[in-house]
Amino acid sequence: MADQSTASVPAGRSSSYPSYLAFTLSTSLPGIASAAIEGGELVVRADRERLIPLMMLLRDDPRFRFEQLMDLCGVDFPQRPERFDVVYNLLSVSLNQRVRVIVTTDELTPVASVHQIWPCATWWERECYDMYGVLFSGQPDLRRILSDYGFEGHPLRKDFPLTGYTEVRYDPERRQIVREPVTLTQDFRDFDFVSPWEGVLTLPGDERAHELRQIMKKLN
Amino acid sequence: MTEALKQDERLNGQRDVLDEGVLPEALLPEEVADKEVERRTVEIDSHALNFGPQHPSAHGVLRLVLEMEGEVVARAVPHIGLLHRGTEKLIEYKTYPKALPYFDRLDYASPMCEEHAFALATEKLLGIQAPDRARWIRVIFAEITRILNHILNLTAMGLDCGAVTPALWGYEEREKLLEFHEAVSGARFHANYFRPGGVARDMPAGMEEKIAAWAEEFPNWIDDLEGLLTENRIWKQRTVGIGVFTSEQALAWGWSGPCLRGSGVPWDLRRSQPYDNYDKVDFEIPVARHGDCYDRYLVRVAEMRESVKIIKQGLAQIKPGPIKVQDPKFSPPPRAEMKRSMEALIHHFKLFTESYHVPPGATYTAVETPKGEFGVYLVADGTNRPYRCKIRPTGFAHLQAIDELSRRGMLADAVAIIGSLDLVFGEVDR
Repeated sequence: MADQSTASVPAGRSSSYPSYLAFTLSTSLPGIASAAIEGGELVVRADRERLIPLMMLLRDDPRFRFEQLMDLCGVDFPQRPERFDVVYNLLSVSLNQRVRVIVTTDELTPVASVHQIWPCATWWERECYDMYGVLFSGQPDLRRILSDYGFEGHPLRKDFPLTGYTEVRYDPERRQIVREPVTLTQDFRDFDFVSPWEGVLTLPGDERAHELRQIMKKLN
Repeated sequence: MTEALKQDERLNGQRDVLDEGVLPEALLPEEVADKEVERRTVEIDSHALNFGPQHPSAHGVLRLVLEMEGEVVARAVPHIGLLHRGTEKLIEYKTYPKALPYFDRLDYASPMCEEHAFALATEKLLGIQAPDRARWIRVIFAEITRILNHILNLTAMGLDCGAVTPALWGYEEREKLLEFHEAVSGARFHANYFRPGGVARDMPAGMEEKIAAWAEEFPNWIDDLEGLLTENRIWKQRTVGIGVFTSEQALAWGWSGPCLRGSGVPWDLRRSQPYDNYDKVDFEIPVARHGDCYDRYLVRVAEMRESVKIIKQGLAQIKPGPIKVQDPKFSPPPRAEMKRSMEALIHHFKLFTESYHVPPGATYTAVETPKGEFGVYLVADGTNRPYRCKIRPTGFAHLQAIDELSRRGMLADAVAIIGSLDLVFGEVDR
């Protein structure tokens, strides 16, 4: 009953096509800040306001045909004014290409939802909202998805502690689940490894000299 | 007159039926319903049904809230996250080698394939490539894992639909494969075997012959399984035409793997974006046409046969050689050398405390796991810990479509659909 013949699966990828796509993308739309090959992968940095027309173009234009939204996720860079990256990983099954579209946002500015372009975006956007607190405008179902019922905070933000704020246990006397502030039986251990292997060693008490060295390095 | 009397009797009979509430009002002829002075409304109640989280057919901790109209599913709302362990957050606080074991615990039905994605992503950022033997070992064990996963899924799906025997047979066969896992890595499930830069250790002596012997006889087991299920009348009643998804729908909902191929899209990352040594093996990609539960079953059965072919080709082409990158900055030195050489001891210590620093960059690396595309979006900032490690689970996208798939179907069909999607919640919830 099922046809088990092997249809032609697109094999291999031509190496020049991504750079052609990068060139076409960077010249064809006003909403694109940059389109380049980074580490062998096509990366497009786009304007948040012009995301929807760009995504429509990427899905429907015969040169791109990115039929699938494989992944949507956030990345947090707290030191930036627009601290969040929202990363869309698209896949074209017919042309065998991938592209990564990146827009930036902060805690308050919403990103346009793409759930009408790819219906699967709903859960990815819910996850991104849950983990980072990124808002998606036009998303009718922006609820938490992975965290517990009644959870507060956005756990994947860099300023959210690894241990969290509350812990849950079953209290046999009260016969119910209780939430309490986290108590650690030993201190949270977090090692700073940013120096030794490469040989840039700052000894304790030597921080000032190290800072000066860094400044001198910059001046040189 | 007799005619009129008969008419009257019939109406009386119907009235009795109505009084007892046997027939809903909408089914009565109009004149009868109108004649009734006392009206009773019989409602088919729509109610919400909690399917799971402790339901054996939910394949883990899925809480599915089904809005039922009688026995018909009007809406299915999955609640996930009951197994959420914060893997991505934990990985941000671990060095790269220490982050790897978390991947075994994601999709615990196919552990090595998940490790494969992370190992490849790290290798890509480091700019290293595993030696040839390691790549063959990875291909062979990724396929063994694929068969492990498919045996579990197909037999569990059979169990959901009332076929108990396949599960009993399948566990025996899985045990043989888990012994291979144990022989190379020391663990049956949480293998921690594929590492950035190769594999943890070489296969023990005689392993290749054992796998080859198993690969000779395993197709017979597939025949037995097919004998139980493929033409089984009950099995076909439960799966044919159930949970139909067209190729357009499957693409729009982000499907991949056997589910996408079951809907008629010829797409397999092993062929189209080959990694490791998949470009050196010859295999076919089964594609089905109807996109129902039965087709997804057939695709998985056919994939097991192809996996056996790949394993045989891998065993034929594998040669002795190093199994990890010969650079002490990335792979630990042999134990014996560590005891003699000061340099090796230092490298060992540095690797297992500080580990290596990965140059800044980002990559989205995906592999074809038994369930579909499993991707890792890895952002490195030049330190020894990932800045961000987004795990793209396969089942997340599949499960999201369950409302669309099971709508207007029966409750029992929802069970068959969940089975055919091959969900593992360690992966969906992360």
